[in-house]
Amino acid sequence: MTSEIKSSPLESAHVGLGAKLISFAGWNMPVQYTSIMDEHGAVRSACGIFDISHMGQFIVSGPAALAWLNGLLTNNIAKLGIGQGQYTLMLNEQGGVIDDMIAYRSGADEFFLVVNASMIEEDFFWMAARQPEGVILRNESELWAGMAIQGPHSCEVFSRCFPSEELPPRNGISRTASGSIVCRTGYTGEDGFEFFSPAAEGISYWEKFIEAGSKPCGLGARDSLRLEMCYPLNGNDLLPNRSPIEAGLGFFCDLDKGDFIGRDVLVAQKTGGPAVKLAAIRYLEKGAPPRAHYPVLAADGTLLGELASGVLSPSLMTGIGMAYLPADFAKLGTKLSIEVRGKRFPAEVVKKPFYVKPSSPDSSSSQS
Amino acid sequence: MNTPPDLRYASSHEWVRLEGEIATVGISDHAQEELTDVVFVELPSLGRSVDAGDPTAVVESVKAASDIYAPVSGEVIEVNPDVEADPSLVNSDPYGKGWIFKIKVSDSAHVYKLMDAAAYASQIS
Repeated sequence: MTSEIKSSPLESAHVGLGAKLISFAGWNMPVQYTSIMDEHGAVRSACGIFDISHMGQFIVSGPAALAWLNGLLTNNIAKLGIGQGQYTLMLNEQGGVIDDMIAYRSGADEFFLVVNASMIEEDFFWMAARQPEGVILRNESELWAGMAIQGPHSCEVFSRCFPSEELPPRNGISRTASGSIVCRTGYTGEDGFEFFSPAAEGISYWEKFIEAGSKPCGLGARDSLRLEMCYPLNGNDLLPNRSPIEAGLGFFCDLDKGDFIGRDVLVAQKTGGPAVKLAAIRYLEKGAPPRAHYPVLAADGTLLGELASGVLSPSLMTGIGMAYLPADFAKLGTKLSIEVRGKRFPAEVVKKPFYVKPSSPDSSSSQS
Repeated sequence: MNTPPDLRYASSHEWVRLEGEIATVGISDHAQEELTDVVFVELPSLGRSVDAGDPTAVVESVKAASDIYAPVSGEVIEVNPDVEADPSLVNSDPYGKGWIFKIKVSDSAHVYKLMDAAAYASQIS
């Protein structure tokens, strides 16, 4: 591991926009430009753009690539047609999470993996140590600038920038004529796409997307947006000693596809029911914003655990968070309290996600 | 950046308006702009005795919780219920409706050890 702080290829653009930069996962990244509330709102109602250049990109190719990845990842990669992608997790032998990622099938025998910034080195070592003959594994993280364009207007933004091209379908991946990669994915709960260009061309695309109507958004809004959807953040909500079954991500684990690392543990947990579960917790009244590591207590005051993530939801204007709790306390409607500086704020376990989009009869965009 | 000349300022970005022996305290325009989006204010209890530098209130944005320190020693004699009900007042009117608490100062000379507007403006420039 290096302790050197890395810079995004888009950093000078952030400085020019007056962003506040913070250190995140070893990277100097924008946390906000104007305000988290405004940026969050722009993504929910219009379109925002995030720098995701810190995220890692691996290319896995070769005739044995599919079978090998299926032994390392929880979801069934054999279900992907060319041009399709899926959310998936890489586990250790104990069934704990090393990383969560999106895996795309970019060719018959080629896969494009987008992994968390903080885990690039660890993921790569884990994979390289298990790499068989017939598989090529490349870490291309340094080569690509990345940006996520998210929100109900994101399709229009794409059309303005690429009038002669089309976005891939949901979860899909495609290449632009100029060689950039477009993925119809994101981590905000809104329609949108993630765009990867050669690092040196990043700033020109960034400016182009802003000119076409996307508002620059920082990691602060990215965190509040993903938490409203109960999308987990590795390191907070996903941990090496917690399984995807405990995290409530069983949907992304195909226990019938054949063996993969960690599968035995998942099967046992699924059969017996997990002892702990990642619960969605919502304040019952106004209170100090919940944050990671704040104590979570039962109604009788017993300490149950701590928040893995927490935020004041800008869409709901109430405190929300997630915590690993004993299964009995993770049931919907369980009354809890969150302790903030010695004060207890009443809360309860609610259904995921926290934020449900107001009825959207047709999410497809009109070509402008 | 707005730094009214009639106020005194602490290096931790609180302002003080002294009237007789009563010091009204809030956070500066610069501080509210740095914090952005104040969503919660935790007020001190009335009658609490504080020393200059004690964490006395908490102002929270979506991003972080920040302690507000007593700029002077004394006793908390009043708190602003309006910022508890509508924390955004700290952003919209930091020197007016966004005041946070009042201290009956134990030694008003202490207030004059705080920075004047010119010194504070140069600290934040």
